[in-house]
Amino acid sequence: MNLPVIIKFVIDLLAVLLLALGIKGLSKVKSARDANRLAAFAMSLSVVGLLSYYLGTSGIAVQSWIWIIIGTIIGSLFGAILAKKVPMTSMPETVALFNGCGGMSSLLVALGVAIFPLSNSVENLDFFKSLINEVSISVSIFVGAITFTGSIVAMAKLQGWLSTPGWTQSKFRHFVNIVFAVASLIAFFDLINGNTSSIWLLVIVSSLLGIGVTLPIGGADMPVVISLLNSYSGIAAAAAGFVVDSQLLIVAGAMVGAAGLILTQVMCKGMNRSLVSVLFGGSLSAQSTTSSGSGEYTNITSCSVEECALTLEAANKVIIVPGYGLAVAQAQHTLREVTKKLEQNGIEVVYAIHPVAGRMPGHMNVLLAEADVPYEQLKEMDVVNPDFPATDVVLVLGANDVVNPQAKNDSSSPLYGMPVLDVQEARTVFVIKRGMSAGYSGIKNDLFDLPNTSMVFGDAKKVLNDLIGELKDLGVGEK
Amino acid sequence: MSFISLLWVLLLGSLLGLELIGKVPPTLHTPLMSGANAISGITMLAALTLIVKAEGNVPLLIIGSVSLGFALFNVVGGFFVTDRMLAMFSRKPSNKK
Repeated sequence: MNLPVIIKFVIDLLAVLLLALGIKGLSKVKSARDANRLAAFAMSLSVVGLLSYYLGTSGIAVQSWIWIIIGTIIGSLFGAILAKKVPMTSMPETVALFNGCGGMSSLLVALGVAIFPLSNSVENLDFFKSLINEVSISVSIFVGAITFTGSIVAMAKLQGWLSTPGWTQSKFRHFVNIVFAVASLIAFFDLINGNTSSIWLLVIVSSLLGIGVTLPIGGADMPVVISLLNSYSGIAAAAAGFVVDSQLLIVAGAMVGAAGLILTQVMCKGMNRSLVSVLFGGSLSAQSTTSSGSGEYTNITSCSVEECALTLEAANKVIIVPGYGLAVAQAQHTLREVTKKLEQNGIEVVYAIHPVAGRMPGHMNVLLAEADVPYEQLKEMDVVNPDFPATDVVLVLGANDVVNPQAKNDSSSPLYGMPVLDVQEARTVFVIKRGMSAGYSGIKNDLFDLPNTSMVFGDAKKVLNDLIGELKDLGVGEK
Repeated sequence: MSFISLLWVLLLGSLLGLELIGKVPPTLHTPLMSGANAISGITMLAALTLIVKAEGNVPLLIIGSVSLGFALFNVVGGFFVTDRMLAMFSRKPSNKK
């Protein structure tokens, strides 16, 4: 072994270790930020390792440097700009976009190697080796293309650029997707048989498969899909690792792939959905129209902002249940002002965070942290649920399915078994909502019919602003 | 590297990934996803390899460069965005009045 080989070996080993520590650290609040930087450092280290290896062995041509610099500058620049500019509410679609580009990168590498076989790898290939080479190229293209088109569709749906077309909900879509899958299998075997041109068929049908699988999935399930696609992009990276013979790529790709899978599972659990039903069940709302979940409201009490303010003023303990509607209305800062006033009046305020509040697990925590809500006031579901009976007022803001008692009481409900916040145990519940429209699941919320629930209709931000005014009039929070 | 040892690497890497994420508080799901997503941009190494080994083949250089761009978009954007999210958690409680 000569020196460059040893150096690369040591650097790769170190990078893998740091990446593993990075992922590990990202799963704890305290260490998360440092861990993220550690992982970023490990990534740069791996680039240094690779470049120094080639500098020490074959050397790097000037022409190569130019193209490296062009790609680096353009990619990093756009990435950094988008990351700085994007509002926190659009985080899920941003992650989807980044993820899709990672998949695209793996796809392009495999495509490049397939069209122009690397000189030193093609010469002394025996049958077995060339087979492995073709299999890994195919896998990289297949997974990379699905990741790319799937992520782009997921992003477009979250952005509201794409809705769920009705025809995608029919059983016919399974047939179409199976055709795509079979076609990619045929292209795959054709490719191994030495027919290089079938690579384009593989690119096209796996791209279509990515679209066909993602398009029918409803908005509520998108986070799970993104997490799964994230796992795929890891697999695509690992496959690209086989293509260019890099252990580091294989390890890192496999780590991300496996970790993404676990995360997907955790998310599914929080939403009471199985991965199979997310992927093949179509949109939840499309199913529930025929199930027992729908029905008319019979006992709605609506009340004014003034009444709400009066009740809040008299309370000792208030629990806020924020949902995605709050984020959409960009009302998290206004909410913080309301709670500040209440706190100044000696009222205990806690935020109850459902595991899937917002659009992605943990999304709501980010949004509230952005509005300066102290981290200790955010309570997770299991911690806060026993507190509801001792709570005077619960404010439900833009949340719906996560406070539906049906999930506990009605075994025929599609929501049955989903962990929910037991807000109905509190003395008074105010639900601030634009109208009586159903939540993501499209299911009637029994909470709204309960006698201790009052609806305050209006846009979350406007209602909260009015609430601030009313509280001011009552002298709440005046020092 | 023989194919078999690469398979071992794949297997052990997967096991490591499964072990690393055991208990994650829901708070961190989004940042973790986005951080892991940034790491999956490690394909930039493959893109770099492609460019270095292209030996003056211009179409291959271009493919490699575009691939590198996509990967770095993923990596740089991913890490920045994760940092932005995590920066909000690390604010000291003493900041509140």
